[in-house]
Amino acid sequence: MLGLSKKDTKFLFIVIALTAATPILLQPFPEGSAMSQFNAGYPDLMQRFAIFGIFAIGFNILFGLTGYLSFGHAAFLGVGSYSAVWMFKLLSMNVLPGIILAIIVSGLFALVIGYVSLRRSGIYFSILTLAFAQMSFNLAYSVLTPITNGETGLQVTLNDPRILGQQVAANGNVPPTNFFGLEMGSSLKIPVGGWEFTFNAGYYFCAVIAILAFYLSLRIFRSPFGLMLRAIKTNQTRLNYTGLNSRPYTLAAFVISGMYAGLAGGLLASMDPLAGAERMQWTASGEVVLMTILGGVGTMMGPILGAGFIKYFENIFSKINENVLHQWFSFLPDGLEGFVIWVAEHFVGSGWHLTSGVLFMMVVIFLPGGLVEGGQRIGKKLKRKKSDGDGDDAEHHPKQSPHVAE
Amino acid sequence: MDAIILQILNGLDKGSAYALIALGLTLIFGTLGVVNFAHGALFMIGAFCAVTMQRILTLSYETIDATKTDFLGNALKVKTPYVESWFGPEMGASIIDWAVPLAILFSIPIMLLVGYVMERGLIKHFYKRPHADQILVTFGLAIVLQELIKHYYGANPIPTGAPDAFKGSFDFGTLLGFDPNTVIYPYWRMVYFAFAAVIIGAVFAFLQFTTFGMVVRAGMADRETVGLLGINIDKRFTIMFGLAAAVAGLAGVMYAPINSPNYHMGMDFLVLSFVVVVVGGMGSLPGAVLAGFMLGILESFASMNWIKDIVPGIDQIIIYLVAIIILLTRPRGLMGRKGVMED
Repeated sequence: MLGLSKKDTKFLFIVIALTAATPILLQPFPEGSAMSQFNAGYPDLMQRFAIFGIFAIGFNILFGLTGYLSFGHAAFLGVGSYSAVWMFKLLSMNVLPGIILAIIVSGLFALVIGYVSLRRSGIYFSILTLAFAQMSFNLAYSVLTPITNGETGLQVTLNDPRILGQQVAANGNVPPTNFFGLEMGSSLKIPVGGWEFTFNAGYYFCAVIAILAFYLSLRIFRSPFGLMLRAIKTNQTRLNYTGLNSRPYTLAAFVISGMYAGLAGGLLASMDPLAGAERMQWTASGEVVLMTILGGVGTMMGPILGAGFIKYFENIFSKINENVLHQWFSFLPDGLEGFVIWVAEHFVGSGWHLTSGVLFMMVVIFLPGGLVEGGQRIGKKLKRKKSDGDGDDAEHHPKQSPHVAE
Repeated sequence: MDAIILQILNGLDKGSAYALIALGLTLIFGTLGVVNFAHGALFMIGAFCAVTMQRILTLSYETIDATKTDFLGNALKVKTPYVESWFGPEMGASIIDWAVPLAILFSIPIMLLVGYVMERGLIKHFYKRPHADQILVTFGLAIVLQELIKHYYGANPIPTGAPDAFKGSFDFGTLLGFDPNTVIYPYWRMVYFAFAAVIIGAVFAFLQFTTFGMVVRAGMADRETVGLLGINIDKRFTIMFGLAAAVAGLAGVMYAPINSPNYHMGMDFLVLSFVVVVVGGMGSLPGAVLAGFMLGILESFASMNWIKDIVPGIDQIIIYLVAIIILLTRPRGLMGRKGVMED
């Protein structure tokens, strides 16, 4: 179905079901209970899951398939955000034109940067993309201030023309972003027992786009084009010896992944109509790399898992402060409690970046395949234990066909 | 003419910093074959060594001075640094004044240790892994180091002054026959340039004229053969890593008075230093130094007002533009050798 194998179709439907049920799944603890701070079912965070999922899926098309490690992908995210906000300023608060322009502009941007950067590979490529991203960041802060509004960030105001839409909403404020009338901020709250589930229009909008993006990347992974990209990763020299010019393929992958990033940026602006240069900083580029490798480079599910993991823990860790820590560790003896809290304090609150840095190193050192590989390893171990009792040897079992995620 | 000389001088100090960092990067890359994204963090740690030295020297105890009172009539508390009470007020004050140069002595063992621990504890395990993994793990390390510094020293730049003796500026204009006050250059920047020149000279001399350096150069050219001759090349490479860390650290210590240290200075310099390495040619030590000074001077030319009027924002991007042009026309960089990191 949909041009996918049976297994992939099943996989896609699982993803769709999970995304649709996210507002319920992420709200496992009743409102007001002690654990409710671990809930993640609010619109803002769920939107981020979907948006950064898209970002990471796109990054994975480049890094996972071709092996080219770009350190400047945040630039495309920033460009996407800026173009979307400009559409909100000039045209209307409908998100569609904004997102379309975001994809187009970031695609063009990626074409230019990719054309230059892809002349080199390996670390040269990483450095070139990093340099380009820093250059865009510097420009956005300084000379391009008329377009980017410098340090303040680009915002929608009441004086913007908005030639197709309303300039001012009925209540005198800037009109909210909408999709043909469906406001992104509107949500439906359904209390069930002690729980309260929030079904947010913006989240579902992002989720639908994320599923489309996921479907597209699934098709790319399974296509001859995807195969070609894998060949580039495996051995580019050999590929060149067969008389193939690999550069158009890598450039196409780079532009596609840049457009994904632009789409994510456009969505980010659609949910909250402002754009700032800090979205283009190297830390932001590092974050998407972290998401992808944490989930599992080159796997289908990995980047989404990684994005969700990072965004969830960013949210949780930032909320924890010293008082919460004291509550948690109060069962420890005094001296030990003080020490544990002293250590933990570095990692929570504003120390989230430290945590992500440590996580980064841990994943690269101990789990280069990311969470997906970790899960597979655990799965294999469990399976081996079970089969021990049967007395069969492995040869009599057909070799397990590769998991979808591979 | 005077403006041109001024810009060249202005570019020298930044160029020195680029050259020193790029030199360390190239040393690490040439010996261990590792791309060290945490090298900027080492530069930053050096700068914070200077900050720490200043803080240690100004550690004070409070005494109540009964002779002076504040406007409410309470006795004033007077802070006296321990150093002043130990060495007498005058000697103590001048020791505090010389905090940054003193920090050099303090930073060398620290940086060597940091480099040694980094190499043995982390980088060692990454020799055989792909370059992407090396980049990622050192990138993670850079974030960790930077965030730790931010946690303990705060996010704001910390002013760290040069000794009073170097506070003024030197008037080159009168020396060269221009009007006075046209070409003035702060003493500390001259010191920085001289310092960088000495360090660079020392590193080259060390590699060129000592037996140790000879072995290291041989190891860079053909690691296996040197190993077969019964020389423990790994150990020497570890020492070279420590040395490269020390060079970056010293560059940072001396840079503290020029630009108040903040936690993200490492990354700011790292990106540019990598560009410098790429322009100079990966694995070429003279190339790194040459490109460092060249780009530093170019950057300062680009920040001249009349050039900025013609091409706005050129000062922000000139280095990247040069790098792009060089990479497209001379893929190996200015002085890159054949066969070194071709891909």
